[in-house]
Amino acid sequence: MTTTSAETVIAPARTRAAAASATVRRKQGFQHGAWFVAPFLVLFALFVIWPLLRGLYLSFTDANISGDATNFIGLDNYREALDDPLVWESLGHSVYFTLLVVPCITVLAFLLAMLAHHIERGKWLWRLCFFAPFLLPSTVAANLWQWLFNPGTGMVNHVFGIETAWLTDKSYAMLAVVVCTLWWTVGFSFLLYLAALQGIPAHLYEAAKLDGANAWHRMIHITLPMMRSITGLVIALQILASLQVFDQAVVMMDFLPGPEGSTRTFVQYTLEEGFTSYRVGYASAISIIFFVIIAAVALARMWLLRNREEGGR
Amino acid sequence: MSTAAAEIRDEAPTGDGTRTSGTARVRRTRTRKPWTAGQILLTLLATAVATVFLAPLVWALFTSLKSETEAVEVPTHWLPKEWTTQAWSAIFETGNITNWFVNSFVVSVCVTFVVLSVSALAGYGFARTEFRGKKALLGLVMTGLMVSPAVLGVPLFTTVQQMGMVDTYWGMILPQCAPAAMVYILYKFFQGIPRELEEAAFIDGAGRWRVFFTIVLPLSRPSLAAVGIFTFIASWNNFLWPYMVTNNPDLMTMPNGIATVMNSYGIQWAQLMAGGLMAGLPLIIVFVFFQRQIVAGVAHTGLAGQ
Repeated sequence: MTTTSAETVIAPARTRAAAASATVRRKQGFQHGAWFVAPFLVLFALFVIWPLLRGLYLSFTDANISGDATNFIGLDNYREALDDPLVWESLGHSVYFTLLVVPCITVLAFLLAMLAHHIERGKWLWRLCFFAPFLLPSTVAANLWQWLFNPGTGMVNHVFGIETAWLTDKSYAMLAVVVCTLWWTVGFSFLLYLAALQGIPAHLYEAAKLDGANAWHRMIHITLPMMRSITGLVIALQILASLQVFDQAVVMMDFLPGPEGSTRTFVQYTLEEGFTSYRVGYASAISIIFFVIIAAVALARMWLLRNREEGGR
Repeated sequence: MSTAAAEIRDEAPTGDGTRTSGTARVRRTRTRKPWTAGQILLTLLATAVATVFLAPLVWALFTSLKSETEAVEVPTHWLPKEWTTQAWSAIFETGNITNWFVNSFVVSVCVTFVVLSVSALAGYGFARTEFRGKKALLGLVMTGLMVSPAVLGVPLFTTVQQMGMVDTYWGMILPQCAPAAMVYILYKFFQGIPRELEEAAFIDGAGRWRVFFTIVLPLSRPSLAAVGIFTFIASWNNFLWPYMVTNNPDLMTMPNGIATVMNSYGIQWAQLMAGGLMAGLPLIIVFVFFQRQIVAGVAHTGLAGQ
């Protein structure tokens, strides 16, 4: 009798205690969680979300450089942007650049990583060689290649014995920017690939060797499949970075849009409108259009990834 | 799970020590190996590729050791006929290069420090704590992955202008300090840390913060190193944002200063190359010393194995 009564008293007390500690934990979790993310969120709100909202607002006005929204003009900026040939032209340049750079960088980075991974001697030296250009500021890389592509005094024409006007002929100017970019940025993707190659468990190769697979088979059946997700990441990062190209193009062309505007990229056009023509409202509108394009690319990637995962399982 | 925990626990205190000794041992046995045909071929190939990769840098170095008139001589040639350090001394005498160097250093160190602090906290908060609105905020951070000064430069500039931070250190530093990508990388990494490690500490009475500082952070050293180094590189080399936010030569960073030198004084190629090498040198030295940690860090963050 006594024991049962004791149990009936204790049991609810226990659940009550458990419930209490659960709420305490949830509360603590709430407080601590909020404090953990708060410092980042403050900076993020001030310098990412607020400018995004502000840009959205400004895009409906005819604001000038001082940021004063003088008049609300509705969709006029967007209407103008869609009819503006330079919007499409500069967007085309950015896309063209992306289409040239992304496949080249992906393949080149993979080959370089394979080379640096499989070579046994002086690993650190090869890593350094392939990664070193990425350690230069973009302006330095751009100046250097501007110098190399210089028709009279540059080394490119000298080495190949040609006389191409790389920087002043509109059919070559963007190519020159692409070459500079490849040299300058391949190191980053190279490093990602190298880390991924090192992450492949050695026993996979050992097992394959025991089964009599030669180097080619091991490459096709182990290395390449294991590299699929990192390749997806490299391509995604490169697409996003390449669409936003600005530094190299602008510095190589002495802060001008290149021969017949052929290296004017989308970012450059936005900044021209904002800081040279002082049309902040209009520049904001085309920035928002650009943001939507970038977001669409990123969302498409996420969608593709999800589909593939579902298809794979 | 428990073996993974043990592995991490084993690795954590020694950090790279275990790995270093491991690779050192491998290397020693490897050098005893005779050259195989495959290795000779690979080495030759690597030498050829490395030559192409380094040629522009060597060309810059040689140019910087020519006189300005010799630099623009046609036909061009690799080695200076007359070796001179005149371009190197000129950049120190005429330019603000020491100023820019200090600015770059201050900005990059501050940015790296702030980014590491806030993104480690936020990454952990998102990965391991519960609070109202977490999912929505995480979604918002993912939006941030798509916003950069390149995409929304003009509105960002007007915002910073409103805050009165144009032409100030604050204006250069703070807008670089909210990189959603770094939060996302660390968030992914923290998710991979076995919960058992933390739970043991909770049972012993440790609070969230204690667990974060005494267990999670020490485990994350390689990842934090990778994030820190990449932030430092990005900030040191950042051109676009400082270009937008300041026109004051006293406040410029290396990449900007060098770009404007070329713009306003006409092109002094030898000087430009000397300045460029000066700007690139610190990071190259850093990489030489930390490359193993960098590669290990990239592997550790899970960036490479997503």
